[in-house]
Amino acid sequence: MLLAQVIVGGLLLGAIYALFSSGLTLIWGMMNFINFAHGEFVMLGMYVALLVVVWLGGGPATFGFAAAFALFVLGVIVYASLIRHVMRGPMLAQILSTFGLALLLRYTAFWIFSANFVSLPQVSLSGTLNVGGILMPVPQLVAGVAAIALTLGLHLLLTRTTVGSQLLAVAEDRNAAMLMGIRPDRMQALAWGLAAGSAGIAGALMAVSYPWSPSVGETFGLTAFVVVTLGGFGSVPGAMYAGLIIGLIQALSAYWLGPIYKDIVVYALFAALLWLRPQGLMGKA
Amino acid sequence: MRTASATIAAALAAAAILMSCPPVDAAGTVKIGILWPLTGNAAAAGQASKAAAEVAADIVNNKHPELADLPLAATEGLPNQGGAKLELIFVDHQGNPSQAQQLATRLITQDAVHVLLGAYQSSCSFTATAVAERHGIPFMVGESAALNITGRGFKWVFRSTPIASDYAATYMRFFDDLKKEGKKIASIAVVNENTDYGTSVADSIEAAAKNNNIPVAIRIPYSASSTDVSAQVLQLKEKQPDVIIFISYTSDSILYMKTMKNLDYMPPMVIGDDTGFSDPSFIPAVADIAQGAMNRSAWDIGKPGSTTYKINEMYKAKTGRDLDDTSGRNMQGFLVLADALNRAGSTEPEKIRDALAKTDLKPEQLMMGYNGVKFDATGQNTLASTYLIQLKDKQYQLVWPEKAAATKLDWPMKGWKQ
Repeated sequence: MLLAQVIVGGLLLGAIYALFSSGLTLIWGMMNFINFAHGEFVMLGMYVALLVVVWLGGGPATFGFAAAFALFVLGVIVYASLIRHVMRGPMLAQILSTFGLALLLRYTAFWIFSANFVSLPQVSLSGTLNVGGILMPVPQLVAGVAAIALTLGLHLLLTRTTVGSQLLAVAEDRNAAMLMGIRPDRMQALAWGLAAGSAGIAGALMAVSYPWSPSVGETFGLTAFVVVTLGGFGSVPGAMYAGLIIGLIQALSAYWLGPIYKDIVVYALFAALLWLRPQGLMGKA
Repeated sequence: MRTASATIAAALAAAAILMSCPPVDAAGTVKIGILWPLTGNAAAAGQASKAAAEVAADIVNNKHPELADLPLAATEGLPNQGGAKLELIFVDHQGNPSQAQQLATRLITQDAVHVLLGAYQSSCSFTATAVAERHGIPFMVGESAALNITGRGFKWVFRSTPIASDYAATYMRFFDDLKKEGKKIASIAVVNENTDYGTSVADSIEAAAKNNNIPVAIRIPYSASSTDVSAQVLQLKEKQPDVIIFISYTSDSILYMKTMKNLDYMPPMVIGDDTGFSDPSFIPAVADIAQGAMNRSAWDIGKPGSTTYKINEMYKAKTGRDLDDTSGRNMQGFLVLADALNRAGSTEPEKIRDALAKTDLKPEQLMMGYNGVKFDATGQNTLASTYLIQLKDKQYQLVWPEKAAATKLDWPMKGWKQ
């Protein structure tokens, strides 16, 4: 029973990993571009949730959408004002630009919100469900289910809609897409918006159960990279499986071996998998 | 293009030369280099300590006759150094031991500080004190509790705060008292973050518990940056200890309290080993679910009109919050340092060191509840001690030892059950 509890906990955490990693993998899949500021998007999503709860009140649906929307807008702005230009520069400039952006966002957050840890006031989401002896904290349960639904939604958007086809067409061949009347700039701005928006909503969902400060983005950024690499760069379902797997491995190894060993287990398995399958679980070779 | 880059190169070279020159000593100031985590995971504690150090500097630099019990408060500056004022230079090591090491070097070689104070995280104090020792600059450790900071044969390192073994002994005396009252302490659990601080305190507690025949049901080391601690809470739930002692930093201690509530587990008592439990973010985040949680503290605001009460008012005017134990111990370290600087009558490192070694402050000359300040050969304060406090409503109240207690101990804790 205790084991079942550990597994449930791991999967719920893994679902959130999956959601905030899917945005990172989307940008990579769309434009072969690594966004080092992704963890900071998650962090900003958490603060947006806090501001909305404090100023406007409202439940997780309100602050979740607010965070998604605010970060969507930020993603588009970042694309239009920074990414579009550095894409023409050398590879190194591309990498360092988002690294610089990450520091800018992090220290701006320090300046505005101070370094103190904050947490969401007890919102309407609280309490614990007891399902056959397994305790499921409602905040984590809602967050986990919402995260999986949103990740699947993102996947369906990419594979089953016209907009998705247009996004993928630009990713496949920018010039050919232009000849078909697709505007690549618009599509890529949309990709950045979606990526940042999913990070924002993931942040809002995390904020329900996790205290944070502006430096939290570092932790999440690193996790996102591991998830994306394990799942295969560019694959949203890959990010989902990888997120769940990493959450599960962390929980199980923390339980069996002790929490200080959980990262050793995760990274050892990670390295082993990359050795066998360097493209990741679902990546294209 | 070439001229532009040549200009930039020249400008950079000029800047480099300017930066490498030691700044000219302003007449009549004594420089204290202070290393704390002003950003990063422990930034809240670092910032709170910074405000406390600024209050302490105000007390020393300006006339405060109302605080006359404290050395140097009634006078302006350091009388034995011709009224010299203290100048504080803060640096931010972000909780990173290698940064702490580099910054200590920079403070000594570039800023030419006369003494150093720091560095919150034990792991950072460990590296920074080694630099001070190498350069022969006195270093006051105000707050870090790990045993290994003193006791390395260093001559230049002094520590005013109680250390891991003092805390372990305090908890054992407390358990003894509880047993005498007929309360059951069949086993305890120790949960510690796994850097120098947590490991050292947990080791001391485990050793002391063994000597006192109190079984340690489980010990759980973990990383303070964990995002999920449910597995650990489930392990605790399985073992059912009577008391859990948390040696934790900020976000992790909040996360533990929330996870325990979520998994519906409340032991008879949790004791936080200061640090995370004293962080300004702790009470607002978990006051409604951690009622009765205990904490250690050498700081007590005291009655209106007392010296500590007035100090708290000064701190409150600056930050809007009450002073906490962590910042209080750092502030006390600062004041001990200032007292020695004054008695040294000179800024020569040797003289300051000798003055520190001869420190002999009485309890009434202190703002913290120590029995005094007197350093042994390793530089450790032999008279340091602490109280135990308990969270009631939105405030900690002194509950042990009984002779100093402001209110009665609530046992078991209420947690979220009002």
